Amino acid sequence: MRVAVLQFPGSNCDDDCMQAFGRVLGCEASLVWHGETSLPAGTDLVVLPGGFSYGDYLRCGAIAAHSPVMSATKRFAERGGTVFGICNGFQVLTEARLLPGALLRNAGLAFVCKDVALRVESQHSDLTARVAPGSQLVMPIAHMEGNYFADAATLDAMEARGQIVLRYVDRATGEPAQTANPNGACRNIAGVANERGNVIGMMPHPERAVEDVLGGTDGLALLAALVAQVSARAA
Amino acid sequence: MSTHSEITPEAIARHGLTKDEFAEIVRRLGREPNYVELGVFSVMWSEHCAYKSSRAHFHLFPTTGPTVILGPGENAGVVDIGKDKDGNTWGAAFKMESHNHPSFIEPYQGAATGVGGILRDVFTMGARTVACMDALRFGEATHPKTKSLVAGVVHGIGGYGNCMGVPTIGGNCGFDPCYNGNILVNAFALGIVRKDRIFKGTASGVGNPVLYVGSATGRDGIHGATMASAVFDDDSQAKRPTVQVGDPFTEKLLLEACLEIMTHDWLVGIQDMGAAGLTSSSFEMASRAGAGMDMDLDCVPQRATGMVPYEMLLSESQERMLMVAKKGHEDDVLAVCKKWGLEAAVIGKVTDSGRMRCSWQGHIVVDVPINAVVDDCPRYDRPRQEPADLDARRALDLDSIADQPLAADLVRLLGRPDIASKRWIWQQYDHTVRTSTQVLPGAADAAVLLVRENGARLAMSADCTERYGHADPWACGAHAVAEAVRNIACVGAEPLGLTDCLNFGNPEIPEVMWAIREAMRGLGDAAKALDCPVVSGNVSLYNTTGDQSILPTPMVAAVGRLPDGVEPVRMGFVEAGDAIYLLGRFRPSLGASRWLQEYLGHHQGRVSAVDLDAEKAVSSLVRLLIAQGVARSAHDLADGGLAVALAECAIQAQGGPRGVRCAMPSPQDSGTARHDERLFGETGASILVSVRSSQRSEIEALAADVGVPANYLGEVGDLNAAFEIGSLHAPTADLADAYHNGFERSVLGGAQ
Repeated sequence: MRVAVLQFPGSNCDDDCMQAFGRVLGCEASLVWHGETSLPAGTDLVVLPGGFSYGDYLRCGAIAAHSPVMSATKRFAERGGTVFGICNGFQVLTEARLLPGALLRNAGLAFVCKDVALRVESQHSDLTARVAPGSQLVMPIAHMEGNYFADAATLDAMEARGQIVLRYVDRATGEPAQTANPNGACRNIAGVANERGNVIGMMPHPERAVEDVLGGTDGLALLAALVAQVSARAA
Repeated sequence: MSTHSEITPEAIARHGLTKDEFAEIVRRLGREPNYVELGVFSVMWSEHCAYKSSRAHFHLFPTTGPTVILGPGENAGVVDIGKDKDGNTWGAAFKMESHNHPSFIEPYQGAATGVGGILRDVFTMGARTVACMDALRFGEATHPKTKSLVAGVVHGIGGYGNCMGVPTIGGNCGFDPCYNGNILVNAFALGIVRKDRIFKGTASGVGNPVLYVGSATGRDGIHGATMASAVFDDDSQAKRPTVQVGDPFTEKLLLEACLEIMTHDWLVGIQDMGAAGLTSSSFEMASRAGAGMDMDLDCVPQRATGMVPYEMLLSESQERMLMVAKKGHEDDVLAVCKKWGLEAAVIGKVTDSGRMRCSWQGHIVVDVPINAVVDDCPRYDRPRQEPADLDARRALDLDSIADQPLAADLVRLLGRPDIASKRWIWQQYDHTVRTSTQVLPGAADAAVLLVRENGARLAMSADCTERYGHADPWACGAHAVAEAVRNIACVGAEPLGLTDCLNFGNPEIPEVMWAIREAMRGLGDAAKALDCPVVSGNVSLYNTTGDQSILPTPMVAAVGRLPDGVEPVRMGFVEAGDAIYLLGRFRPSLGASRWLQEYLGHHQGRVSAVDLDAEKAVSSLVRLLIAQGVARSAHDLADGGLAVALAECAIQAQGGPRGVRCAMPSPQDSGTARHDERLFGETGASILVSVRSSQRSEIEALAADVGVPANYLGEVGDLNAAFEIGSLHAPTADLADAYHNGFERSVLGGAQ
């Protein structure tokens, strides 16, 4: 299982993703510089890590979407390869039009770093195909622009196709609630997939919840399910 | 402005130099300086760069010890954090620095560039920056400026640190009227470096190239160091242009480029261009090597057109480094910079002249002996005078105060922004990036960080109770160290070293200078007694607006290490039925306490006497109890005394707020019969722990072995059960509400 972790100059979760996919999950993980025009041969999974890609003084991910490595990533996705964006990686994927919608500034207008509870909404993605719908997972968020937006018609269509894969929920009730929505995202959306289910983006950081010493392993369960799904298809 | 601008008495005064200092410059040069050279002397002899009022007292600090790899004098200090499996020794490089004046004028950029500056100080050493903390002081919560200053500073710190990918894992935040016109922003950063790969700021090797790396130089921040060395007045807002503008993305590129360059054997030395920019970095690097330097200012990357030498040398544009490479490796360095998209240029070379010579457009514009500027800058043992009203400040007559502590008092204290949860602040900081934060902000007395390089676990805490400095600055300095050491002990860590940020008013006022020396003496005495050497630090004087000087604020950040295999504990209680013990020498005093300040509306009285032997003993005991797995939680007594500490343990209990049923410590065990003093009086050397009820005999035996009092107070109750200590009863939900929402309510005007 070969994982390519894209490295933009302002990526700052690249090393965390290398640790999670490499050290913890045992994948063959390598960093791929943003200036590369192709992905390493035999890449099974492309991961876009969190951070500030090119500083993000413009819209988050707007410049990264036009980087050489993203052209290669688009071709990879078109061929059915699995592409997974976390936080800034999610922002880059929406800017690159690999995922629908946009990530706006948080409703509270402030950066938010805290643990949130998520519910798996659909198995229509390589990330969630092997996770039971309704499963609740706890992991951190850390972002300023995580307020997912798409128009109602788009959201309805996405819901119908199962493209809404993760929602913020109340820990006690397990249901989406306004009070459990950390950033004002439409319909409490925390993660989405494309129609084909091979491109996935999520704002929370599963790579930060992969060891008990860090307070939980719910992120590991999610990433392990992703790796298992991609491996099975590669085999 | 050019090299030919006239040197008038007004120009000299505008540069913050005294007549005597100017005469000394003329004597050293054997001629009058030109205007550029005047600027150079001005910034290098500023209080901020030269420590001219404080240096005479640095000998009060212990700076050596078995844990010290590198003490004060470089960009950051380094302590030993143990070996990796291959036998390499690793170090933690850390320092704290103030950015007070810029943050008051322009809170977002001032605070952001404060973070940027301290991060550069640390990665200059070759260290990967892995943690930040921030100690903040603002004016009264009700002051019209406070809300926007808090919001701007917190936003700025987050904006910079979050982009850099360095978790901000701790700090503190206090409020006092003395900061109404002069807030404090003290930024701490820590990095990890292999001992044999520590880089220093030195410019040795005649003929070696001097390289400029990072952002191009603009006109921002000129004379920032001089501004930081002057008293604030009504025109301070006009100094906004001297505040630098931060670009964390460029700093991130600079960090990665520097660390990549440092994996090779290409550099002789490196230093960031911080306060006083190109001037301080070049002069200090040459000075450390006893060398000279020639620089061609035409080669300096410039952001604006038409810049003159004066501006280039004094600009404090951010995100810049000065490097001295080994001859022949300049192209290697430039290639890495190009990869990271950074500007870089060779701007000079090391010489053996002992002089700094700068040329510009074919002329020599600076030609001065380096030691005349750096090594022998003026130092003052300024006059000191004990305040005439010291006895009045220390006087305390409690007889006029009815001894009737109420639950409402506790609720009020817990809701004070100094004591209430700082969640609103730390939720705006990325504190989990790098996946190394084991103990999160607010959960324990200190943050705990995993070091992936060698498996070490580091604890860190920043502390200062400035209230204590009003009547007893020695105790204020000693308490700051003792509390920081106690805090890291409360997660199980042994101290390795500390850094300080000494914030005071105008040192030319003898009463202020007296307080500076007293606080430094207290800090040094405690650091010696508690085996926590000072490895780096910063002095910020002239924190004075009009005639209002701030309270002495000797901020201390201690760094410690957990022994291998020891798991940290948090402050929150764990399980109903667990036994609660008060460890240590409990001698609460209402003098200078938070409660008394609330009651009287001003500072009065003297803090409980510092007992450094008792501090050492209680810290050792709590570490032992944590190491042996006996203590399930630990929290020291600080602001608000026993009642507040106990409430915090209950509010932060695992699973949600729990009740407690505790007896009041007896008058004999407390040194006072007053109920309010036992509940809200403040004292050092006291820690609350909880243990399984089955382990009561164990904790009592372990405490008896080392002769530390262990006073059984009572037991942890059920979720949401009542909070009871002696005759003070309160619904836990009320306490939790005050604690969790007090900050937003009092500072931001409403729960959020």
